[in-house]
Amino acid sequence: MTRDYIRERQQRTGWLLVTPALLLLLLVYAFPILRAFWLSFFTENLSTSLEPVFSGLDNYGRMAQDGRFWQSMRNTAVFTVFTLIFELLLGLIIALSLDQAFRGRGWVRTIAILPWALPTALIALAWRWIFNTEFGVWNDLLLRLQIISNPVNWLGTPDWAMVAVIGADVWKTTSFVAILLLAGLQSISQDLYEAHAIDGASPWQSFRQITLPLIAPQIVIAMLFRFAQAFGIFDLIQVMTGGGPGGATEMVSIYIYAAVMRYLDFGYGAALVTVTFLVLIAVVGITWLYLSRLRAKTE
Amino acid sequence: MTTAPQTTAPPQTSDRGIPWMRVLLWAAIAFTVIFSLAPVLWQVLTSVKTNDAITADAVVYFPGLDQLTADHYLDLFRRNRFYIYMFNSALVSIVSTVLCLALGSPAAYALARLRIPGEQVILAIVLVVTLFPYILLFLGLLEVVRAFGLANNYLALIIPYTAINLPLTILVMRSFFQQLPKDLEDSARVDGYNTVQMLWRIVLPMTLPALVTTGILAFIFAWNEYLFALTFMTREEMKTIPVAAAQLGGTTLFEVPYGPLAAATVVGTLPLVLLVLFFQRRIVQGLTSGSVKG
Amino acid sequence: MSKLELQNLTKAYSRDIVPVKKLSLAVEDNEFLTLVGPSGCGKSTILRLIAGLDQPTEGRVIIGDRDVSPLPPGDRNIAMVFQSYALYPHMTVRDNIASGLKMRNLPAGDIQKRVQEASGVLGLDPLLDRKPAKLSGGQRQRVALARALVRNPDVFLLDEPLSNLDALLREQVRADLKQIFADQKSPIVYVTHDQTEAMTLSTKVAVLSNGHLQQLGHPNEIYKTPANRFVASFIGSPQMNLIPLSRVGNDVALGDFRVPLPSGSTAKSVILGIRPEHLRLPREGDACTVSGDVFLVENLGMSDLVSLRVQGDPSLTLRALLPADATWSKENLRLALPPELIHWFDGDTEQRLNA
Repeated sequence: MTRDYIRERQQRTGWLLVTPALLLLLLVYAFPILRAFWLSFFTENLSTSLEPVFSGLDNYGRMAQDGRFWQSMRNTAVFTVFTLIFELLLGLIIALSLDQAFRGRGWVRTIAILPWALPTALIALAWRWIFNTEFGVWNDLLLRLQIISNPVNWLGTPDWAMVAVIGADVWKTTSFVAILLLAGLQSISQDLYEAHAIDGASPWQSFRQITLPLIAPQIVIAMLFRFAQAFGIFDLIQVMTGGGPGGATEMVSIYIYAAVMRYLDFGYGAALVTVTFLVLIAVVGITWLYLSRLRAKTE
Repeated sequence: MTTAPQTTAPPQTSDRGIPWMRVLLWAAIAFTVIFSLAPVLWQVLTSVKTNDAITADAVVYFPGLDQLTADHYLDLFRRNRFYIYMFNSALVSIVSTVLCLALGSPAAYALARLRIPGEQVILAIVLVVTLFPYILLFLGLLEVVRAFGLANNYLALIIPYTAINLPLTILVMRSFFQQLPKDLEDSARVDGYNTVQMLWRIVLPMTLPALVTTGILAFIFAWNEYLFALTFMTREEMKTIPVAAAQLGGTTLFEVPYGPLAAATVVGTLPLVLLVLFFQRRIVQGLTSGSVKG
Repeated sequence: MSKLELQNLTKAYSRDIVPVKKLSLAVEDNEFLTLVGPSGCGKSTILRLIAGLDQPTEGRVIIGDRDVSPLPPGDRNIAMVFQSYALYPHMTVRDNIASGLKMRNLPAGDIQKRVQEASGVLGLDPLLDRKPAKLSGGQRQRVALARALVRNPDVFLLDEPLSNLDALLREQVRADLKQIFADQKSPIVYVTHDQTEAMTLSTKVAVLSNGHLQQLGHPNEIYKTPANRFVASFIGSPQMNLIPLSRVGNDVALGDFRVPLPSGSTAKSVILGIRPEHLRLPREGDACTVSGDVFLVENLGMSDLVSLRVQGDPSLTLRALLPADATWSKENLRLALPPELIHWFDGDTEQRLNA
């Protein structure tokens, strides 16, 4: 056997081309997460004069007792579940209508992806203004439609604040879901629908028996991405409510940020990061397995 | 809503009087348009209303001529030197986008064509990190920024922005490279190009549209980023638009300068609105090839 | 003076996938070698091994007296024309033609002169500033040829350059190719699955099957004395009649008829081969004839392809190319098998028996 010079040369160049990108990914992704894991076994806060002192699992023990942590986890779970449900429903409606042929479809498509492209922090400002108690347009509309009789303090009432941030996030990210689902819809051949219609199927039956099963992978992928983003939501909440009122909309990310930046409790913040990371990875891993099963079944 | 082909639907439905499917479709379209535009338009409207009109007892939907003003915009630039934030945002976004393409495309090419060992592992890693929320990274990055004294330095944002856009760049560019005919690269090799020359002079010029697509996505993500910008840039003259705008209102919910805030939102979103207007197709294409095919 | 030599060339992707097996051959100056064979026979892989796009598992590629096996394609001084033409879409025709020269850092004046020459030969002058997307298929093909010609390479490699052209254009370009390469001194290796191209263009044909070289020789030799059953069936259109028969004494029985075996052969079972164009109506003195019932007549224009079942054994069929000026659909037809045009192959080894 002669040496495969060509292959060797290619691989050398290949590694050369991949390495810079990999190093940067290691620095920005791998280091912070490993570092947080390491730091979570130390106490590093004002009581230790910001010096790391090894404290074993203390941070995790403290977390188990920490009502604020559990509250933030509950908030995050509620926020994630409801945004995902509404985004999927609305995203599906938008994707299905954008999949049809009609005049001006290009424009509607452009309009539909607009919310996704805009900066979340600025959009949060817009929603804060819309939900304003005195001058907000949302109260005004509801009053005019006589759905409410007195202005509601949306961002100042715990439950309503949660509704408001969920609404704002659904608005912001539904377009992302719609884009992914639309790609799935467009990959379905029209022949299938025509054959199905000739067999006497109603549109609803076609939707149930053809559309849904064939875009199932796109739905799972879109939900996976959205889960990860919703679970780590920061900017929208920080700008709209700051986690308030009274911690009613405080998500894990907001708590982490506060632990580190406000209370300078680095060790505890690191433990929070670690736990959040593990929960995320677990859910992603389970979805991944489910997805590969789904793919194996359709192939 | 329906997915039945419209070409076969109209003749049947018109017999029964009202074409329900068509009505439903237009209702869904109307909903989509209103849903997507209303909040933005409201902000635009607010930004050109006088303070009196903004805080009028009855909400002013259609301001009269005497209720229109450009003051909020002028304020942004006169009193708040908003052009500094715009410059910062633009600089950080453009530099990180260029860097991201410069690092990401060669890596994507290697992963698409050069059959390096460990290719599958690298791809899996790249795919998984696209799911990491930034909040998981900020503590570690904060330490890096402090260790290298990068606080209030553009690099503190350029480096993470380049990195967070790398996975998407690699996935999108790889799927484009895989679609290129292999003969062209073989031909270039016969002509005497080595891999790097070939990438630079043959492959990248051919994938220019893909580079534009990916670049737009990277630019959008960088322009919109909030957490790192909030944490690593504390000096006023280093802030980017999202952070500066969010801090315009101060910390309380009261006495908020609604007009300038609205104007700031409009100014900060305008570049992105333009990008979407011109590159809608590419954005859709990039997003789907980055997440679905990857 | 350059010469291309392949020594013991083998390419194995895995234990079972071995597209090229121990191939040795040489192509001299002024020689036009065609590699021909069905798809999957390894002919394109051989070209890629010569070009250096793939590395052989074993064996060497020698150009002139240089062993180029370890060299990258760019250092081998070869030019290659691809099936898809592989024109760089973002470059003008001029830049496409010049790209290989620029990589060799030739002075700009030289490059311009050579590009002018090649584009003159191929009639590309009015197209030089266009991009490939604005060219027709035939024009693109000529640009690809020009890009190879300007290089003055030590070896030309052409990978099915005509297969993307429509039938009409293909014949014309085939003729052009022959003229253009008649003026080139360097050895040419041409890959095709089309035997007409192989026969018309080459000075030497290599017939490949399954990674093995079946026969190497002048087109006439390949046609007149195919080395084995595969070559006999692959070269020639319509396909040669190949009939496995068992021996009866010094003859074989073809239905009710006897055909004498060539002297000195000892094979137990044989394959009789005769080309449809060599079967003819009997004349005075024809000793060896067969007759049978016509069951199919295909009109090929200048002649008819007549299929008949041999009398005495209806499972044996013969196809004959006969003048189109008569009606052949009559029941029974007698044909002569000129003994000097019969090809005999061993029934077991499938190798040629008669000289």
